[in-house]
Amino acid sequence: MTLPIIGTLACLVLAAFTGGLLGGIDRRLTARLQSRQGPPILQPFLDVAKLLGKTPSVTNAWIVPCAILTLASTAVALAILLRGGDLLLILFVLAAGAVFQTAGALCVPSPYSHLGAHRELLLMLVHEPILILVFTGIAMCTGSFSVADVFREQAPLLPRMPLCFLALGYALTIRLRKSPFDFAASPHAHQELVRGLLTEYAGPYLALLEIAHWLETVLLLGVCALLWHTSLLGMAMLALGSFLAEILLDNATARLTWQWMVRRMSPLAVMGLALVNLLWLYVA
Amino acid sequence: MDIFRNLLHHGRMKSPWFLHFDCGSCNGCDIETLACLTPRYDVERFGAVNIGNPKHADVLLVTGTVNPRNRLVLRQIFDQMPSPKAVVAVGACSLSGGVFRGAYNVVGGVHEVIPVDVSVPGCPPRPEAIIDGLLEAMAAMAAKIGRGPAPGPTLMPWDPDPGREEPASARPPDSRAAPDGNGKAPEERGTAPAPAPDASPPVAEDSGRDPDARPPDGHDQAGPGSAGTAAG
Ligand code: SF4
Repeated sequence: MTLPIIGTLACLVLAAFTGGLLGGIDRRLTARLQSRQGPPILQPFLDVAKLLGKTPSVTNAWIVPCAILTLASTAVALAILLRGGDLLLILFVLAAGAVFQTAGALCVPSPYSHLGAHRELLLMLVHEPILILVFTGIAMCTGSFSVADVFREQAPLLPRMPLCFLALGYALTIRLRKSPFDFAASPHAHQELVRGLLTEYAGPYLALLEIAHWLETVLLLGVCALLWHTSLLGMAMLALGSFLAEILLDNATARLTWQWMVRRMSPLAVMGLALVNLLWLYVA
Repeated sequence: MDIFRNLLHHGRMKSPWFLHFDCGSCNGCDIETLACLTPRYDVERFGAVNIGNPKHADVLLVTGTVNPRNRLVLRQIFDQMPSPKAVVAVGACSLSGGVFRGAYNVVGGVHEVIPVDVSVPGCPPRPEAIIDGLLEAMAAMAAKIGRGPAPGPTLMPWDPDPGREEPASARPPDSRAAPDGNGKAPEERGTAPAPAPDASPPVAEDSGRDPDARPPDGHDQAGPGSAGTAAG
């Protein structure tokens, strides 16, 4: 009993490290794309170490459990993925984490934080259905929502659900807080919302959220990798390819307004994409 | 535990997130501060990020003079930053009031309101000097939490030794407060680099308004110890 738990914990630590490294690569690549030199690759770890060493100060005590629970639920969601658990469960646990984060941002009297939280809720409204549709597509291919069952499939899933993959990329852009959907909590500081959702999380609590973000990056890239589960190379290619595409997209596009998100055409078009894929799976 | 603490400290030194507060400057210093973010100077090389949020910032970069209205804002922003933190005053205006010193609505330098750790002279300072001041602020911060010596003033080769007597040619400090002596007279340039024991990064041409030449009534709250405004 204890061995799998220790193994999972070790995997989580490794995943956090990978996530931080990916964050550093992201910052470096972004800088190079803007013909800057960029920070060291390990900069995210330095930042988190710095934040952990700052004096904790919060405007509302509820921020503290919210930050801890966000990290905990992201870690649990990733653990479920690593243990070959249920895809829907992953989605709900992840959503719980996001809700805690938003609740923390809403319980303080800061207008920036509130605006960021409301925008985050809008983004959640868009990306959760997309993820559900994508997971449904996986379930239609494999016959169950279990990650372990995906690995029992003989053929890769991507050729059967290319449109779902595109939709997954859309959700990935939202969750990774990449442009054009980075209007809730922009990682590139000093934007119109200060830091939006993250404004009131300071010091160690911001560090917890940062680690949660690393874990979430790994989790979502892992879901991308699921679509080519037959070979390790295919998984790595798919995950890294999506990540690089996100960085390119981040640098090539300008931020959209939140109104764009609630227009009928934009998110529904992506959901339609996934739905067409589901129909195709149903018919085929 | 010690390893952990050292790691924390290493991160602290290598990740100076700064908050740029425009305290009523002419925008010259602001442009130069923002130029630090551009590809040419790229302050992110040092891990620095213009964070725009006092709750996340480690270093407060202040440009411009303080006036009776924004001194409260400045104080509040400073108080909102979680420690350890440092303050960098950028430009002549934030050091002493600069060309606006003596105006009816000008309180003076930033040090009148909050403790300043590093002063970057110039009107405006070059981006290189601002980046240097930012990194110097990290050393000042380390000194504040008892990890390392306080940084001394940075002198240029043509600066006189701060230990020596002040040259007789140096103009009396408060001449600038007079309405006509607002720093534009040519002879002021000549006497400029007289006593400059401040933590000034290498900005030569504009040291005409070094923070040291304060009027006698200017309360130097820059903090304990070191010469000039370095490392309080
Ligand atoms: S120091 Fe010079 S450039 Fe900077 S704010 Fe003052 S007048 Fe403007």
